[in-house]
Amino acid sequence: MYEIRIHSRGGQGGVTAARMMASAAVKDGKFATACPFYGAERRGAPIVSFVRIDEAPVRIYSQIRKPDMIIILDPTVMETVDVLDGLKEGGSIFINTHEDIEFPPQFKVYKADLTGIALSKNLVVAGSPILNTPVIGALAKLGLFTHESGKKAIEETFADVRNIEVAEKAFEEVTA
Amino acid sequence: MSDKLVMSTGNKAVAAAVKMAQPTVVAAYPITPQTEVIEAIADYVEGGEMTARYIPVESEHSAMTACIGAAITGVRVFTATSSHGLLYMHEMLHWAAGARLPIVMGQVNRTIAPGWNIWAEHSDSLSQRDTGWLQIYVSTVQEAYDATLMAFRIAEDNRVLLPVMINMDGFLLSHIMQPFEMTEPGDFIPPIHLPHAIDVNDPHGYGAMSPANVHYQFRFDMEKSMRAAREVIAETEAEFAKRFGRSYAPVEEYLCDDADVVIVAMGTMGKEAEVAADFLRSEGIKAGVMRIRWLRPFPELNIAGKELVVIDRDYSFGFGGVIAGEIQARYPEAKMARVIAGLGGQEVTFEDMAEFVRSRKIGTEFWFGIPEEEQ
Repeated sequence: MYEIRIHSRGGQGGVTAARMMASAAVKDGKFATACPFYGAERRGAPIVSFVRIDEAPVRIYSQIRKPDMIIILDPTVMETVDVLDGLKEGGSIFINTHEDIEFPPQFKVYKADLTGIALSKNLVVAGSPILNTPVIGALAKLGLFTHESGKKAIEETFADVRNIEVAEKAFEEVTA
Repeated sequence: MSDKLVMSTGNKAVAAAVKMAQPTVVAAYPITPQTEVIEAIADYVEGGEMTARYIPVESEHSAMTACIGAAITGVRVFTATSSHGLLYMHEMLHWAAGARLPIVMGQVNRTIAPGWNIWAEHSDSLSQRDTGWLQIYVSTVQEAYDATLMAFRIAEDNRVLLPVMINMDGFLLSHIMQPFEMTEPGDFIPPIHLPHAIDVNDPHGYGAMSPANVHYQFRFDMEKSMRAAREVIAETEAEFAKRFGRSYAPVEEYLCDDADVVIVAMGTMGKEAEVAADFLRSEGIKAGVMRIRWLRPFPELNIAGKELVVIDRDYSFGFGGVIAGEIQARYPEAKMARVIAGLGGQEVTFEDMAEFVRSRKIGTEFWFGIPEEEQ
């Protein structure tokens, strides 16, 4: 089983990203679940969501304690949240940034400027750039699911074709 | 297979099943974490996908009275609630069952305050255990969908004519997204026929005085129907498996045949317990799981020769866990360790459950998270 924890802020679409990730994995013929951790969340507060991908039906409902991967949609949550908590030795980090952010050397770090990509297509809702569709493209490049399934999952969720365009751009731009 | 699967929350799966069943009336009041169920149904009605009359009401008490008023005319009726909403319905739950109305309810299990807490616990529905409603507890999005479809057929069967409550864990199941397969039920749910429906051309008294020499007969008739419900449930689940390929039983057994010790639990913990059993077997402990699905009518448990670790996500103060108590009452010889875990959404992992089994002390009660010296 591959376990992923997503860090974002309320309103940034982390929960929808989790659903599209699980949906893409299911389209690839795998089993997956997506669940938000519901606390006293509100717009702007740090939140976490979980995705589990496996070859067999997922029977675990408790929170992910030792993720294989963490996804940081909003790097500013790192000011208040220990995003690396429990990340497995050799685990992966994907972060939305255009800067060089240092992480301990035992982790594999990938990044793409999702915010910049969303802004370049003017993909902004209620003043916030859309991060959850470009991240699907970036994660497809990292092999979590196929690019085709990722795009199908986006199409099912959003009608605006720019969501596919930003996913394709992020697929190209993600770097180690 | 994957083409047929859609991602859905437990809440939306229940709503999707209700759409398939096409009730004539839905009356409900929103409450976290149930809100999404009735939002989705309201959308279906607004968009013309459901022909139901959707009655928004000012309280859960009124929701249940509206359901009762509608159901007595002989039409199919659905409602959904959770926690305090369910408790607010309490009086009317007795009326619905006593009036023999096959109302179906989606019930999202949530803690009772205070302190304020919106997370999973079974105390809400277990406190309604004796109202005469059938109760089922589900553990996956698929099961929530399938159980809702079956609930209408079971409730409306003229051998039963009692309301059915489908319980699912708040957030853990109501809000998780899992792939599930939508089923076109076809004629799996026959048209409703309520033999005592109000008929203006054949007037009768309803809810009239039932004096002492009569009342117990009505009550015994309810119990006869509960007993008959066992057979109706078995038939319905068998027919469902035949038509749609998914099998269910009143108790879902996992690796129980040769098990020395069995975890007994309901809802999502009962499903995650399977992972605990796998884990324990890899250590050489012959563990299994019995996940109680139908709590009313109470099922038979094949517990001979096995030790039980019963996990209650509920508590009856001054007595103990409700499920442990029910099993002990039905099977006085049962050797069980009783665990109270998951109250108010307390995290309970499969690793925790495996440890409940390893460290079990038969005949004792253990509150997960409370220091040993205070137990």
